[in-house]
Amino acid sequence: MTWVGRAIRRLEDPALITGQGRFTADLPAVHWVRFVRSPVAAGKLMKISAPKGAMVIAAAELKGVKKITPMLHKFNYKPVGQPVLAESMVRFTGELIAAVAAASEEEAEDIADQIELSIDETTPVTDAHAALKAGAPQVHAEAPGNVILEGKVKTPDFDAVWKNAHKIVKVEARSRRQNATPMEARSGHAVYDPSNGRVTLTCTTQMPHLTRTAICDVLGLPESDLRVIAPDVGGGFGQKMSLASEYVVLVWLARKLKSSVAWTEDRRENLIAGFHSRDQHITLEGAFDTNAKLLALKADIISNIGAYSCFPTTCGVEPLMAMAEMPGPYDVQQYACLARGVVTNTCTMAPYRGVSRPVITFTLERLMDKAARAFAIDPIDIRRRNLVDKFPYKSAMGLEYDDASYKETLEMAVKAVDVPAFRKRQKEARAKGRHLGIGFATFSERTGYGSPAFAARGMEITPGWETVIVSVDPSGFVEARIGSSPHGQGLRTTLAQIIADEIGITPEMIKVVHGDTDRAPYGWGTFASRSLVISGGATLIAAQKVRAKLIKIASHMLEAAPDDIVLADGSAKVAGTDRTIPIARLAREAYTQTHRFKGEIEPGLTETGHYDPPGTFSNACHVAIVEVDVETGHVKVEKFVVAEDAGRIINPMIADGQVHGGIAQGIGNALFEEIIYDENGGILTATLADYLPPTAHEIPPIELHHIETPSVNSITKAKGLGEGGCIGAPAAVISAINDALSTFGVEIDEMPATPQRIRAALRNAEKTA
Amino acid sequence: MKPAPFVRHVPKTLEEALKILAEVAPQDGRVLAGGQSLVPIMAFRLAKPAHLVDINEVAGLDKMTSDGKSLAIGARVRHAAFHKSVVDNPLGQLLSEVARHIAHYPIRMRGTFCGSLAHADPASEWCLVAATLDAILVAKSTRGERTIAAKVFFAGIMSTALAEDELLAEARLPLLSKDTIFGFNEFSRRAGDFAMAASLVTYRLQAGKIAEARVGIGGAESFPRRVVEAEAALNGKTPGDTVFRAAAEATAKAIDPLEDHQTNADYRRDLVRAVVRRALEQSAS
Amino acid sequence: MNEKTAITLAINGRDHPITVEPRRTLADAIREDCGQTGTHIGCEHGICGACTVIVDGEPVRSCLMFAVQADGKKIRTIEGLANGDKLHPMQQAFMDHHGLQCGFCTPGFLMLAVGVLEREPEIGDDDLLDVLASNLCRCTGYQNIIKAVRAAAKEMRKG
Repeated sequence: MTWVGRAIRRLEDPALITGQGRFTADLPAVHWVRFVRSPVAAGKLMKISAPKGAMVIAAAELKGVKKITPMLHKFNYKPVGQPVLAESMVRFTGELIAAVAAASEEEAEDIADQIELSIDETTPVTDAHAALKAGAPQVHAEAPGNVILEGKVKTPDFDAVWKNAHKIVKVEARSRRQNATPMEARSGHAVYDPSNGRVTLTCTTQMPHLTRTAICDVLGLPESDLRVIAPDVGGGFGQKMSLASEYVVLVWLARKLKSSVAWTEDRRENLIAGFHSRDQHITLEGAFDTNAKLLALKADIISNIGAYSCFPTTCGVEPLMAMAEMPGPYDVQQYACLARGVVTNTCTMAPYRGVSRPVITFTLERLMDKAARAFAIDPIDIRRRNLVDKFPYKSAMGLEYDDASYKETLEMAVKAVDVPAFRKRQKEARAKGRHLGIGFATFSERTGYGSPAFAARGMEITPGWETVIVSVDPSGFVEARIGSSPHGQGLRTTLAQIIADEIGITPEMIKVVHGDTDRAPYGWGTFASRSLVISGGATLIAAQKVRAKLIKIASHMLEAAPDDIVLADGSAKVAGTDRTIPIARLAREAYTQTHRFKGEIEPGLTETGHYDPPGTFSNACHVAIVEVDVETGHVKVEKFVVAEDAGRIINPMIADGQVHGGIAQGIGNALFEEIIYDENGGILTATLADYLPPTAHEIPPIELHHIETPSVNSITKAKGLGEGGCIGAPAAVISAINDALSTFGVEIDEMPATPQRIRAALRNAEKTA
Repeated sequence: MKPAPFVRHVPKTLEEALKILAEVAPQDGRVLAGGQSLVPIMAFRLAKPAHLVDINEVAGLDKMTSDGKSLAIGARVRHAAFHKSVVDNPLGQLLSEVARHIAHYPIRMRGTFCGSLAHADPASEWCLVAATLDAILVAKSTRGERTIAAKVFFAGIMSTALAEDELLAEARLPLLSKDTIFGFNEFSRRAGDFAMAASLVTYRLQAGKIAEARVGIGGAESFPRRVVEAEAALNGKTPGDTVFRAAAEATAKAIDPLEDHQTNADYRRDLVRAVVRRALEQSAS
Repeated sequence: MNEKTAITLAINGRDHPITVEPRRTLADAIREDCGQTGTHIGCEHGICGACTVIVDGEPVRSCLMFAVQADGKKIRTIEGLANGDKLHPMQQAFMDHHGLQCGFCTPGFLMLAVGVLEREPEIGDDDLLDVLASNLCRCTGYQNIIKAVRAAAKEMRKG
């Protein structure tokens, strides 16, 4: 029996369910910070008038503090620096202008309220298409025409194949702006230690080490002077990856005041300025042969990246991911793409669960549905004809797909939903004026990719590898210190399962330590469905080394050949005998009786594993069944079925939870969630009554089926699955809406498919009918 | 997102409450009842009252009484009080049917019926009930007591006929004749959100024909109201799909739709048409 | 206007004498003045429900009450839900059914579900779903929360 593969209860839970979790905002502070933010989208900052006696910090005070300037070395990227506090210009509503420090949050806000800003407003541009027009306001002088990066690709035979294709099918897809909306908004707490001059910053980050590096770069500090702690973090979904300028100010203030300062972002700040994503226009065309086989894809990707480039991924994260992965799970060898990042007077774009792939999957699946209609074949059939089924497969962009089950998951999902029965039910419902629809989304999810993938993007910082240090201490208990920084993913449990199997103890004896730059080895944190693959791999490597050493010690002490030693149930045993020794005893000897090993075994029981894998592709087929209320435009998702393949599953309960959560966000993205700017660049959706994450009511029962195709590109054989739910769900839901509305001659190529949009489409169809 | 400072007053009697309100009203004083609408707008600092007269400890305002003609609802009666029927009359069932659509359970624990009316959010379910049933609103101040008909009580988005020193001490809803039929429907994007359109309908049947029809529409205009055109389309007719559709169409035509970022005029009319017809269908089911 | 009032918050059976401005919300007072940080704040405008606590037997949003209004009332928070080392059936069910991931919304969901079930032990599945739609969770997709609450409801009925 192994621990891996079992749905054991999470080791994280006992603290969290009893109110003993420790979140950043739980820490007391001497000074509370309130930020003064730009009330306008564009303008020249003329004057800041603060009440007398108040402690107000503006850009002028931050002498010597550098701008945040993330770098890309490819794609005609224009480096654009972001001042920590706005200097002469403001470029989006919510941009930081000043920081107020006071004795309480209330008082800080009272002072912030009294600060008068004098801003010479200029005309903003918030839409990417508008920003590309000649004569549009220029957001940055460094990015003429508002284009901050431009990726271009074309395979050698593209033109010839395109010209000779039987049929071209086109979709113009629009994905509206969204906010990841973790339930815990961001917060930071910085405290100065006068004994050594160090600052400890506790904050809601997904990447503590890189936060330290970035802040030290900007402030010009040695990294040894800053400790960054990510305690319990209340969800991130990518939003907490990117460097918050607020944290730079907090560290600066803690040093200046030689005291503790804290900031807790309120929900309004989070919705306005806590990073946005998914604001894209994609025009996608597919060239097909007479058998509806896709021959070539042509994509024009425009990504509204907001006012600045986020650190560390840069604003390339959306357009370049879209360009690299557009072909998805389909076999298509000819590809041409133009991907542009466009700056506008809107909140800066940053990664959000799935990064571009929810949008490209929705776009590509719309294309396949439209093609199916153009060829008068079943949407399932066109997918069968085009899904990749030979591995390893090299994509038109040169990505290598490892073993997967694109076709198998499609068939599994098709069987699970019983399509003929659904079609019958759909027909009967239509006769009664009810409009049901079914939608399929097949996709690949690139996960667990190491540094070469980031290097291919030209990133100055290539967050790829991970390090794990596994120590068995003299008590026989285990500590695994990891560079990943989980915040809900259950890594303390799953990594413990991996270690437990290697060294023959129970997961309860293993503590996974993360989120503290003083305690954990340098690492990149948790994002991009990477941690179980990369940190899990590094954990396995370290645990295997510990295992080898335990066996060596045991073979000494039991006077048996290493090959005969078995580690299980807390003991080392000599196979086929009753000779055993507790692992705790071996550990104790490793520290206290090293003389016995005559220099053949190094003291201690601490081993390090590094892992930098090439990347592996998970895959899934999502099926949504919806009912569209054609009178109100309301969409009810009745049922959701998933056939998922994420390689070897370490803990099925946790894996399913990740898929559930992703799907719920995907449904939110598909139907409800949208950040809306008014014509002046103000935000109309700055409350949770306007920006609408779904509730329990909007999420249907989710039925999961699994295939486990072990990955050759992951030493645990596990693939990542953190984002997949969110990647497939919007495509499946919107496809289902289109299926439901097929009799009306209406097509929805926009997400979210809000009831107003659905009604507008239906109303137009009624008019023209 | 913390409220601006204020002085809290905690009267124990109605007289004391009115006296304090008279004093502080000119200095930006407001009444605090359940706080479920007021506190959020204070958190956003969209409202910064200098004084709050907290009526949660005022004796007697938590009463609900009936004199056989109407149901009198005191200023401290919470939404949750209506989870179960409060009076042996179709009104009791109507109120509990509507109550479960109001926001969410924990909000209903605190929010008050009269507070909703005084706040006058266009999407408020209780405002729709008051307008449809022609409630009588009892306003009290140190100057005395006056009654205000619902028809003139609602004056605009979050605006009422109450003077600044007046407390909405009680709302009176007429008891309904035993054979009253009613239906309610609302549309919101998520469960528990503000209604983007809501309709309450009541009528009686006389020899199979609709009589005394009331069609109320909320969430669609600056404040809820009865729609006489829709009522005319119903009275004297046999209930059925054609008649219901006619009433729904009449309402959609009659309204002057509110517009916002998720609802343009056309869409609001679509929703109005749907909720009126569905309320009527529910009444007949 | 910034004058503080002396009040006593009785949280989980223990009195916390504190002085607060009238504008201090109950949520902030529980967390900052009484140090009971298990109650979380997610939106401060009454939508997300992370701050749900039980006041005099009623599950309420503590961001929409002022602390002064809870003076002398019996307040229950997540820290008081277990009986010593014995988890409340609702806590056990959340663990067993993986009803939490990051754990930030969890105290609010637990107090909501416990508060409602204590008042209405026989509540039906549909009404229970309505109740659970009161709070937002961004991690779990809700299905496991619903399973957990239904399982705990059964346990609680057994007493």
